[in-house]
Amino acid sequence: MQDATTLKEYRDQCQEAIDDEFLRKAMDSFAKAYRTNRVKAFAGMNEKALIAEIAGAKDAAIVRLPELYEEFRAKAEQAGVHVHLAKTAAEANEIICQIAKDNGCQKIVKSKSMTAEETLLNHRLEADGLEVTETDLGEWIIQLRHEGPSHMVMPAIHLSRYQVADLFTDVTKKEQDSDIEKLVKVARRELRAKYIEADMGISGANFAVVETGAIGLVTNEGNARLVTTLPRVHVALCGVDKLTPTLHDALRIIKALPRNATGQAITSYVTWITGANACATGPQGKKEYHIVFLDNGRLAMAQDPDFRQILRCVRCGACANVCPVYRMVGGHRMGHIYIGAIGLLLTYFFHGRDKAKNLVQNCINCGACKEACVAGIDLPRLIKKVHARIQDEEGHALPSVLLGKVMSNRKLFHTLLKTAKWGQKPIKDGSTGYLRHLPMIFGKGQDFRALPGVADKAFRDEWPEIRPQVDNPRYRVALFSGCVQDFVYPEQMKAGVRVMDGHGVAMEYPMGQSCCGLPLVMMGESGPARDVAEQNVKAMDPSKFDYIITLCASCASHLKHTYPRMLGDDPELAEKARVFSEKVIDFSSFVYDVLGVGKDDFKEEGGQGKTAYHSPCHLCRGLGVTEAPRELLRQSGLNYAPSAEEDVCCGFGGTFSMKFPAESRELLHKKLDNVKASGAGELVSDCPGCVMQLRGGAEMRKDGLRVRHIAEALAERKK
Amino acid sequence: MQTIQDMMDTFIDKAELVSAKVSRVKTLEEAFAYTVALCDGKEMCPLLVSGCELNLSEPSMQLCREKTGKIVAAPGLDTEGTASLRALCEGKGLELIDHGLRRHLGGLDIGFTVCDLGIAETGTLVLDSSSEEVRLATMVCETHVAVLPQSKLRATSFDAEPELLEFMASTPNYLSFITGASRTADIERVLALGVHGPLELHILLWEDK
Repeated sequence: MQDATTLKEYRDQCQEAIDDEFLRKAMDSFAKAYRTNRVKAFAGMNEKALIAEIAGAKDAAIVRLPELYEEFRAKAEQAGVHVHLAKTAAEANEIICQIAKDNGCQKIVKSKSMTAEETLLNHRLEADGLEVTETDLGEWIIQLRHEGPSHMVMPAIHLSRYQVADLFTDVTKKEQDSDIEKLVKVARRELRAKYIEADMGISGANFAVVETGAIGLVTNEGNARLVTTLPRVHVALCGVDKLTPTLHDALRIIKALPRNATGQAITSYVTWITGANACATGPQGKKEYHIVFLDNGRLAMAQDPDFRQILRCVRCGACANVCPVYRMVGGHRMGHIYIGAIGLLLTYFFHGRDKAKNLVQNCINCGACKEACVAGIDLPRLIKKVHARIQDEEGHALPSVLLGKVMSNRKLFHTLLKTAKWGQKPIKDGSTGYLRHLPMIFGKGQDFRALPGVADKAFRDEWPEIRPQVDNPRYRVALFSGCVQDFVYPEQMKAGVRVMDGHGVAMEYPMGQSCCGLPLVMMGESGPARDVAEQNVKAMDPSKFDYIITLCASCASHLKHTYPRMLGDDPELAEKARVFSEKVIDFSSFVYDVLGVGKDDFKEEGGQGKTAYHSPCHLCRGLGVTEAPRELLRQSGLNYAPSAEEDVCCGFGGTFSMKFPAESRELLHKKLDNVKASGAGELVSDCPGCVMQLRGGAEMRKDGLRVRHIAEALAERKK
Repeated sequence: MQTIQDMMDTFIDKAELVSAKVSRVKTLEEAFAYTVALCDGKEMCPLLVSGCELNLSEPSMQLCREKTGKIVAAPGLDTEGTASLRALCEGKGLELIDHGLRRHLGGLDIGFTVCDLGIAETGTLVLDSSSEEVRLATMVCETHVAVLPQSKLRATSFDAEPELLEFMASTPNYLSFITGASRTADIERVLALGVHGPLELHILLWEDK
């Protein structure tokens, strides 16, 4: 459970997690295994279509939750169920305690419910003197340790068999072996006794099916079947977002939920309970059966046209499974109660700004969660939006405000960058271009990578001299450099121009362009981010160009996906922004797919050594581009050498690496280790930010690895 | 449209992937004989159920001692079927029970059921468990032997949907999808079977047509 009060305290806790060797190893092997299992699980299925169908059906249900609740209630009541609606977490707990009291219950067994974790139900029950036992193995383990879950599906993933053996030794008062099979059997027998004693069973619900009045429970262990069978009272606690009109909706989700959660085609058990069933120990041989629906902000969220997609979540946990930050720090640091990307969002809405304000900053915006989300939730964008909202509510941090002010004024921003060229003189190493030490503003812990200084001459100042003359062009294109390539790595832009030269491409570099605005979004500065978007769209009239080309994957993805949304409500700019975004293309796709550059354009003799590739998050996931850059490496004789986890984030994430340097460093080192293992002497990528991170890291580690933008490597191989 | 044979192949393939043991039987009698032979076999049905050999707390040890013989539970069979299975069980010194399962929560050797539907795409059994006895038989046992009439096999859950809805419409209803044995990976992500329910699932595909 993450509840640091300051960002510094939070950062320190994350550092502790990074230093926990068992956790790191467990998380690493899980992250790798999960990726493979997920691919296998969805093999032969139209995954994207399934996701779209789930999202569509969920959206249709979300807007009519109150009416679905009434229909469900009527149906369930007919079948002898008591149905309740709790406005808040406290109210839900109160209702459940009252049911226990009314029925004279003393001992409770529970099957896993994240909703009960949300309401901190156990605390409340225990305060009333009730004995509560979690029966899901992982939940039981963390209950015995007085901890919260560190994963929504595998709550005890942070613990070793030895820790579990010690715990079970305490519980049974008998020495326990650390053999996992044996530990599971001990739990089987110890918990069996608990089911028998219990007079009340509490479950969650994955579905509340309106057409039948049934709840559906998805489990592997089968504990939910015992919890809902043996005790004479059953209470199901269920978020109102679990209401779904038809069984078909639920069956559809079941096709995706277990696959996405654990790579299983289906869980061992799916249980459908309709009405108060037979129960030998219940009144008149029937179960005393209650369903408590929890609102706790959900119905209000359902009214928000953008945030309501959060309610599509089916709690599979995949957004944590693929998150590089989660992998680094684990669930106790990557969530308050709900974990992973969805956890960052739910924490804000269910547990408040205080619990969420540090958490929401710990998103590197790599988009891995969005790609894995089985309900198609735009998680990274919503996380940034919550971050911005918290800043608006609490007041913006000074550095963030300054950044916003400076960046939304292009002339001021560019003047500052040009002035930096003089300011950095004493610390910039003339021969390497790196800063010898970092100015104070970079803060602590940034020395894991060498950082470059500002270039002597910005790309915009060189452009008039290097602009190729093209008669009868095939394509008219605008170049969008982004700040890094304009002011730090102009050589990447020049290399790109050289690769495109000779293919009939008339290039323009519109001087009114500025920063794309992504760093502002990352800082939660949505106002200035919109201002620069407007400047850029006005600076290059999209109707004059066939393409707008950028060599920066992050700029490309931001221009393409965020601009139409940010400017969409402006009647003057909406259409222009749409056309603008349609014309945006990344360098590799333009060169390979559009220009058709191939083998014949490159030198015949093969290159020396092998070249590894880092696939930038905003290219492979942001734009869905995976083949063009790799093909270019193969065709140009650069001897592409595949390495492990090419599409996992390098740890840069723009301002993220400034805020969370320890995490950034770990991700960077993992990446460089993988490249090293491939035997490549050179590493290329499609994004200047990634290049800055990777080159600076390789330099500090003295890896002897050459890191360049793909355009530079290709320009060198050009005939 | 898939042929019966395609569905059978898919079903067997998927069920075996989750470690179910699938066999074919021509008659229900054959399924009874399989069950009794399984329980009578050398390794199966030890007096002490799994976990009871370990270092348990005192109350749990006590629960282990409640089981004193080899027990087959088969609630939900018709009179004729029950009589037939009972005769076979008694021949081998096994006890057959068809009700009062709450008296046997310490452990059962085999739970025997005839399933209502099968879903080929995932190797799933659908069992109407509205009877509490059926629920207990299939959860408290060490091994679940489930007969699936071939005629009840459906290609996908969507294909089974109208029939599922029929079950749910006659309330109260408790309907179970069962796919493989009870499993967990909660300790170090290592797969372990039989955490609460059966350690083994045997599926007998019954060529009922």
